Amino acid sequence: MQATDLRDPEYFHKVVDCQHACPAHTPVPEYIRLIADRKYADAYMINWKSNVFPGVLGRTCDRPCEPACRRGRVEDEPVAICRLKRVAADNKGDITGRMPRPAKTKNGRRIAMVGAGPASLTVARDLAPLGYDITVFDRDSRGGGMIRSQIPKFRLPEEVIDEEVGFIEGLGITTKYGISIDSLKSLMADGYDAVFVGTGAPRGRSLELPGRAEGAANIHIGIDWLSSVSFGHIEKIGRRVIVLGGGNTAMDCCRTARRLGGADVKVIVRSGFEEMKASPWEKDDAMREDIPIMNFLVPKSFVVEGGKLTGMTFEKVQAEYDAKGRRNLVPTGELDTYVECDDVLVAVGQENSFPWIEKDIGLEFDRWGMPVVNETTFQSTQPKVFFGGDAAFGPKNIIWAVAHGHQAAISIHKFCQGEDIAERPAPGVTLTSQKMGIHEWSYDNDISNDQRFAVPHRDKAEALADIKAEVELGYDEKLAFAEAQRCLNCDVQTVFAEPLCIECDACVDICPVDCISFTGNDDEAVLRTHLEAPAHNLTQDLYVSLPLKTGRIMAKDEDVCLHCGLCAERCPTGAWDMQRFIYDLTQAGGASCSR
Amino acid sequence: MTFLLKPKLHHPNLPTNALGLTRRDYEGSVSTLCAGCGHDSISAAIVHACFEMSLQPHRIAKMSGIGCSSKTPTYFLGASHGFNSVHGRMPSVLTGANLANKDLIYLGVSGDGDSASIGLGQFAHSIRRGVNMVYIVENNGVYGLTKGQFSATADRGAKSKRGVMNSDEAIDMVSMAMQLGATFVARSFSGDKAQLVPLIQAAISHQGAAFIDCISPCVAFNNHEGSTKSFDYVRAHNDAVNSLDVITGRDEIIVDYAPGTLEMVKQHDGSVLALRKLAADYDVHDRIAAQAWLSGRHAKGEIATGLLYVDLDPVDLHASLRTVDTPLNELDETVLCPGAAMLDRINASLR
Ligand SMILES: Cc1cc2nc3c(=O)[nH]c(=O)nc-3n(C[C@H](O)[C@H](O)[C@H](O)COP(=O)(O)OP(=O)(O)OC[C@H]3O[C@@H](n4cnc5c(N)ncnc54)[C@H](O)[C@@H]3O)c2cc1C
Ligand SMILES: Cc1ncc(C[n+]2csc(CCOP(=O)(O)OP(=O)(O)O)c2C)c(N)n1
Ligand code: SF4
Ligand code: SF4
Ligand code: SF4
Ligand SMILES: [Mg+2]
Repeated sequence: MQATDLRDPEYFHKVVDCQHACPAHTPVPEYIRLIADRKYADAYMINWKSNVFPGVLGRTCDRPCEPACRRGRVEDEPVAICRLKRVAADNKGDITGRMPRPAKTKNGRRIAMVGAGPASLTVARDLAPLGYDITVFDRDSRGGGMIRSQIPKFRLPEEVIDEEVGFIEGLGITTKYGISIDSLKSLMADGYDAVFVGTGAPRGRSLELPGRAEGAANIHIGIDWLSSVSFGHIEKIGRRVIVLGGGNTAMDCCRTARRLGGADVKVIVRSGFEEMKASPWEKDDAMREDIPIMNFLVPKSFVVEGGKLTGMTFEKVQAEYDAKGRRNLVPTGELDTYVECDDVLVAVGQENSFPWIEKDIGLEFDRWGMPVVNETTFQSTQPKVFFGGDAAFGPKNIIWAVAHGHQAAISIHKFCQGEDIAERPAPGVTLTSQKMGIHEWSYDNDISNDQRFAVPHRDKAEALADIKAEVELGYDEKLAFAEAQRCLNCDVQTVFAEPLCIECDACVDICPVDCISFTGNDDEAVLRTHLEAPAHNLTQDLYVSLPLKTGRIMAKDEDVCLHCGLCAERCPTGAWDMQRFIYDLTQAGGASCSR
Repeated sequence: MTFLLKPKLHHPNLPTNALGLTRRDYEGSVSTLCAGCGHDSISAAIVHACFEMSLQPHRIAKMSGIGCSSKTPTYFLGASHGFNSVHGRMPSVLTGANLANKDLIYLGVSGDGDSASIGLGQFAHSIRRGVNMVYIVENNGVYGLTKGQFSATADRGAKSKRGVMNSDEAIDMVSMAMQLGATFVARSFSGDKAQLVPLIQAAISHQGAAFIDCISPCVAFNNHEGSTKSFDYVRAHNDAVNSLDVITGRDEIIVDYAPGTLEMVKQHDGSVLALRKLAADYDVHDRIAAQAWLSGRHAKGEIATGLLYVDLDPVDLHASLRTVDTPLNELDETVLCPGAAMLDRINASLR
């Protein structure tokens, strides 16, 4: 196997599992250390620069970082990365002085953003300080997109949205809320240098079954219903409610229904419980509020009696797997199930819809009605028009919308400067030794043995009584510290210097997780089998040295390294060093995303 | 050394042995020796050996004297019995413990200073009595704990860290052990666990006096140019006579070596030593030839390592003394003190 090339910034980037998995590449361990240090404002700013909505995301993020977290591979549960982010937001104090100021001079370029969701707002945040003249349109009366219109307030209080949307609105941009854009052509005719489309996936799928038309008064499309609740147009629902669908929208619908008079709320899904799209914690939260989830039931009809919806029938199915391992839902042959209800909330998916984009402006759509968008530059086939967020590739989540926004901002900036937008800026990377003394490091390398701490919740009765009462109370400082201590500091890298190693085995003997081996070299596949502990996790790299004095190599499996630095403490010659790796995703205008 | 405890977290696929224990269960508290000390590698080898043999930690007794090497029993087998004796007295204390309870496995851990200087007589007598034990000398050629004075195993002509030449002849403990009747004699190197771990296992299965001289570089005082106990010197002059696999009762015997190069040696306890010959004409059962071979290699400046001698019919101290089968510490007072009438009878028989 070839010796590892540490000059490749991606090598160590991959080792920081959480940061690598975060679409915006937030420097997670860096902000977790700051939280442990009670430097909440610093922790907040690092987040703000990377992911723009720390307070929002600290409550609602889909957290792709957590399943990736290394701690989850040496223990049951990952670090509570997301809820620690909230701690930074809750305790940051007044940070207005640290926010960028509106640009003093404009650069003369005008950019329009359609939709004021997280994607558009991220583009605006990145471009406004560079002097762009930005106008954001949204048909809703306030900014935030689905963050405001969809996510229930008991998960995300209004003030948090106001504050973080406000930071961007305060950067000297023009907002035109309450205005629906119904022609891209005429918008472009206004002479904008570029247009960013961040209109999301605004259409909820319906379910055309017998009885749909007759029962229409009590059958609601989930996302329309949720936004009506958010904007105060709906305040009540029937006592017995069926929610159809197994995604996060369904979870928000059922929990909202419980707060609007739904005493008997059920979620009913076609698939099995395990295959539901909703995040496990969303399901837990729903079940904790006495909402049963019934599975393997395919909706068959709405039952309407005397002009009023009285219930629904479902066909019972079971999962069968064909020869190729594909799952099919086949009827069990049992009698249909009838479930009584007063209202039905249909949360079976969301779609994009672009009726306002003309077909003759050079903007191509594919056969599924989606715009053809470059996955790196976010440019459409009409060079002046860029897409991002749910509008680009279908519904995802906030953090992806933010990540798209950063990249689109880079493209728009380069486009307006007449540069080649295909050429992307390299990340900023540095590697710095953390050695302070013989056994002293500038990070806390003592590994906590604690299991993940649960976030305290509001009393259930109290939470259900008030639709605006936030359910999660957040970690207090003590819990936050203890949880922060669980982080393994995966950005503090083990760096090996061949010429110093005397092959004494001290590092091999001390390593608590058997990462390090000295062995004959071989092809990677073979090498992986004859290490101190076999390296079965192929998603994790082997760090391989040049040949040593005895002709052997050092091979380190990055998989479960605790970054405890004991190898470096035990090494008599300093062949191992612990070095902090900084990976800064470059943003529009060359700004780096952290510190 | 490090001040931190080794984290409890371990590799998710850490194997367990027949007792359901992991290797980590055989560790001790965190070592306070210098970073890179060969002694720590020997501790790790002992941990590996005991884990792989599925030994019950509470059936092992660790005995030691004074020195960095003698401190190491704290750093392995945290759940075993231990006794840290005075300087050079480990062999006698071990002998006493063994007489009192012959059912335990005795691991005597000592240094070259502890065993070749102040404890030389103790070493000699425990070996010639055939105490059933594993006697490991962690041999670094210096008194590590007292800051690096030459010990009695330092080679004549070796240089100290400050450049002073050693003018005294070295004691070769392997030759002495053979001459004194050890029934298992081996030499190894702390930097070669592949060789050391099976040797420790074989020594533990051996039911007599088993002696291992393990060269163990002292990174602080004896790992420089001019030292004959440094990592570099030992690697350059290591001349292994054989390599070894220990097959205990549970394992299937699989032989995959070229015919004629492999010898299967069955020990009394049923374990089998699969010995792969590296030196074609070396016979581990011939003590006299082995001694000659060793002197030959030594004269050439080579360090012969591996299993150097094994007697398949060891006679241990308890056999020589014809003690009862039950360990003495389990006999109650009525057996141990049969009373005045019995004493009278014995005295009468001697008149
Ligand atoms: C019920 C529900 C709960 C969710 N919960 C979470 C969660 O907990 N965590 C998470 O990460 N994600 C969640 N999401 C997904 C998340 O809200 C979206 O992925 C994200 O908001 C997409 O951002 P965006 O900027 O692409 O567009 P959006 O947030 O959808 O914003 C688009 C905006 O464009 C406006 N708009 C559309 N067309 C026009 C037009 N023609 N003219 C003017 N304005 C227009 C809309 O009014 C809207 O305000 C949830 C979604 C739903 C439906
Ligand atoms: C009776 C007595 N004499 C002298 C000493 C001082 N002393 C402590 S350790 C040691 C030598 C240890 O050498 P060695 O056994 O080789 O151990 P190492 O530290 O090299 O592993 C000496 C002489 C002592 N502790 N007790
Ligand atoms: S342990 Fe910390 S640094 Fe490592 S992946 Fe998890 S959150 Fe990130
Ligand atoms: S930092 Fe070193 S000792 Fe600690 S787990 Fe990683 S490789 Fe092992
Ligand atoms: S502890 Fe240092 S010198 Fe010893 S083997 Fe490891 S890297 Fe090499
Ligand atoms: Mg010594």
